Amino acid sequence: MTDTTDRTPTGPDQDDEAVRRAQEARLREVWAAPKGWRYWSAVNNTEVGIWYTALSFIFMLSAGVLALIVRAQLAVPENDLVTPDFYNQAFTLHGTAMMFLFAVPIFEAVAIILLPQLLGARDLPFPRLSAFGFWCFLIGGVFVMGSIFFGQAPSSGWFMYPPLTTEEEFTPGYGPDIWLLGLSFIEVASLAAAVELIVGTLKCRPPGMRLNLMPLYAWYVLVVAGMILFAFPPLIAGDILFELERLFDWPFFDPSRGGDPVLWQHLFWIFGHPEVYIVFLPAIALVAMIVPTFAQRPILGYSWIVLAAVGTGFISFGLWVHHMYTTGLPSISLGFFSAASEAVAIPTGVQIFVFIATLLTGRVIHSVPMLFVSGALANFVIGGLTGVMVALAPFDWQAHDTYFVVAHLHYVLIGGMLFPVAAGVYYYWPLVSGRKLSDRLGRIAFWMMFAGFNLAFLPMHYSGLAGMPRRVWTYPESLGVGTANMISSVGAFVFAAGILIIVWDVLRPRGNEPYAKRNPWNAGTLEWLVEMPGESWGVRSIPAVTSRYPIWEQPNFIDDVDNGRFYLSDAAEMKRETIITSVLDGKPLQCLRVPGPSFMPMIAAVFTGAMFIFATFHWWAATIVAMGLSTISIMVWLWRGTAVIPEKPEKDVGLGLKLPLYKSGPHSVGWWAMFIMMMGDATAFLGLVFGYYYFFTIHADFPPPSTVGPGVLWPTVAFGLFAVAWATAFGARLSNQAGRIGRARVLMAAGALVALAASAALLWGPYVTGLRPTAHVYPATVWVITIWTAAHGVAGSLMLGYCLARSLAGRMTPAHDIDIFNVALYWHFVGLTVIVTVGTLAYLPVLM
Amino acid sequence: MQVFGKTQDNLWTLVAAPTIWGFHFLFSYFLAAYRCAPNDDIFNTIGGTRAAIAGVTAVCLLLILLIARRAWREWRADGGGYSNNQDTPEARERFLEFSTLLLAALSFAAVVFETLPVLVFWDCR
Repeated sequence: MTDTTDRTPTGPDQDDEAVRRAQEARLREVWAAPKGWRYWSAVNNTEVGIWYTALSFIFMLSAGVLALIVRAQLAVPENDLVTPDFYNQAFTLHGTAMMFLFAVPIFEAVAIILLPQLLGARDLPFPRLSAFGFWCFLIGGVFVMGSIFFGQAPSSGWFMYPPLTTEEEFTPGYGPDIWLLGLSFIEVASLAAAVELIVGTLKCRPPGMRLNLMPLYAWYVLVVAGMILFAFPPLIAGDILFELERLFDWPFFDPSRGGDPVLWQHLFWIFGHPEVYIVFLPAIALVAMIVPTFAQRPILGYSWIVLAAVGTGFISFGLWVHHMYTTGLPSISLGFFSAASEAVAIPTGVQIFVFIATLLTGRVIHSVPMLFVSGALANFVIGGLTGVMVALAPFDWQAHDTYFVVAHLHYVLIGGMLFPVAAGVYYYWPLVSGRKLSDRLGRIAFWMMFAGFNLAFLPMHYSGLAGMPRRVWTYPESLGVGTANMISSVGAFVFAAGILIIVWDVLRPRGNEPYAKRNPWNAGTLEWLVEMPGESWGVRSIPAVTSRYPIWEQPNFIDDVDNGRFYLSDAAEMKRETIITSVLDGKPLQCLRVPGPSFMPMIAAVFTGAMFIFATFHWWAATIVAMGLSTISIMVWLWRGTAVIPEKPEKDVGLGLKLPLYKSGPHSVGWWAMFIMMMGDATAFLGLVFGYYYFFTIHADFPPPSTVGPGVLWPTVAFGLFAVAWATAFGARLSNQAGRIGRARVLMAAGALVALAASAALLWGPYVTGLRPTAHVYPATVWVITIWTAAHGVAGSLMLGYCLARSLAGRMTPAHDIDIFNVALYWHFVGLTVIVTVGTLAYLPVLM
Repeated sequence: MQVFGKTQDNLWTLVAAPTIWGFHFLFSYFLAAYRCAPNDDIFNTIGGTRAAIAGVTAVCLLLILLIARRAWREWRADGGGYSNNQDTPEARERFLEFSTLLLAALSFAAVVFETLPVLVFWDCR
């Protein structure tokens, strides 16, 4: 690699206007969104991010309408505006949609738009994965949300507690299945987004952007994506157990057969509490970008914000039982969670103080985004204070399941998330559409929202303490909360009117209103390099960064970027390209070719969605067909679009820097994605294993002495076969790398077959010992862990077969070995899964 | 890896202290849950469990202090400045060392918090 220390923007040919025009024409053509009906095959972040954001807002408005129905019903005592059953569906779907279809997806959506801009990248490393996530979200979201029109919406609260939800007599119909399968599908999309965002933040920064120069938004994205990776998989594990109980009567949560409904509560809240911070931190990240701009100074205490983000990210995983204080756990256990719930206030508070200090030491420009930020901080602090109250177990025992908690959580979520998002809408609208939103409408909207919100939710503290329970469709007049509820309902409608004003401001026809001036808020960070209106290439050339606020601090910066004096100012080979850099210092490592428009992500999402939807209605044959088609479509997508061998080994990216076009192993973004995905996969597996050890802990005799387990023989045989399969995958990688292609191919073929045999042997154990999963929770737990591991073996076999085909087709060579490198990495994780599976199921009962 | 005669900080060194907090938290919770379940004899004292948690607390606090000490010394050796927004490897190190120090302080406080229940609760009620 050539010297990278000289980053002075130069390039003699860039002064020739004709050269620049030709470069721009090429870039424009390469990055153009497809036209006509093919528009929907777009994968670029500028298209997918906007679809994603718009759809999240549509779901938010729908869920908001449900909230208004709830408030209309509760406006007066003993009201009968809606039936109790519809009321149950309305509040359940309100909570479910706000969390799963708005709060989390809006983070992913906004990050997909903003992150590449903030990092001066042309796109994130896996644009088709983002598109796949979007299509999954669309299908799953419409499926879940649409259920209310058929009277089939889930109706047991957004946390779906069994046994209310597992017993047909309590919850007839498909409601819980729609919740479980529809949302599991969306969770997969969230994990895909997490992978994309982590790799994007760590590897797609512009040259020179060291960790200490990263925009704070990127720090938050990194932390939140990491949290998604460890928070969502336990819920996926819980969903699997839950759905097996609903569909096949496996008794995980049925106490009469050894199960325990509290296990679901654990798995749900291990997800559910970090979820609150997964929602809150990205919104605060927007505040961290807005505050310096309007204080017209760099953020004060950059390290303290990083402390807050990372610290909150960790401690938020130690809070989950504070949703379960009334389940009868020992006080000492409650104490641990109460302590963590208090400790998390430290990092959360730190960032608030940092924002206030930055504003105090700057010259604050009054504006609509700042107005929303101020409202956010005020409301969030109130929610935080009641949070410290309900974190104390004795207080919570009084307030649990009352409107006091409803007030608390809405102050936290609307103050901590919705107001910052509204600030973000006003702040970033020029980046999306090239125009500012109306200041006048923004102010009206803010004051209606702020007043309406407090009017709606402040009285709920009183209603709750007066004894009004949550999730009950009406209340008696004698409770004395009629006035408070009427005020709440009026406030809710005022708040909703404020939101409608924002919607109008966004959608109103603009006529020939001029575009905003460039960098309209005079901000310092890279996303404001965008032209008004924006070009789909993102940045004209990828800048070398030497500062946290390059537009403020690097001389002649915008001009140098615009005239292509930095990196990749051209697309000479007519390919979409961006730069991959090192984690610590942003040293350029690779010129990455990113894939362009394709319908494959949409097709794959349709088949995957069909699989989940057919399963909801127990159409098993159709489910299996959809599963097959989904697998095939994903393989076609990978075959055509990934690990493409470039026409030359390296290219000149400008400023005299030559970068390789192909990297494999730990140097490739694909390897990172596989590693991160498998961390999530391993977490889901540990969720299932947690179930096993949970039952082991709560039952004096688990495994029950009267039951035989899977035995020792067949698990041991499976273990040996898996070891062989692992060794062949690893050996194939080494042989291929050493140029011994023939041996590598033999190993891949053998590995694919042995992996199938290993999976079969693993399943044969509990089958041959006659374990019936419906009899007791023990055989059910053994089966679910066995099936999980065997399924990974089958997937590993497919992957080895895929590598063999790639090698035979000449798409994988000793020098271009991304595929087998990633598959070998996958097999390391399978190896660990097998060790835990066999150790837990076969050897632990023998040792105990 | 050594640079400037000291440990090179990275994202793993940054999250080491909160990871220790995570270990301490899970250990305390799982051990107490295991000891108290099935919850038959709730008035029996659980001195052994409490002592084990106290012992692990001491080890965890010590490890966090070691992390803090390293971060502090290297940060001080480099002048201990709060300004870390320059485009130099030294500024990056300064930033990571100071952030590590802050996270170690937070983790220390959080581990102390997590140990308080052991002082208050003597049995499985």
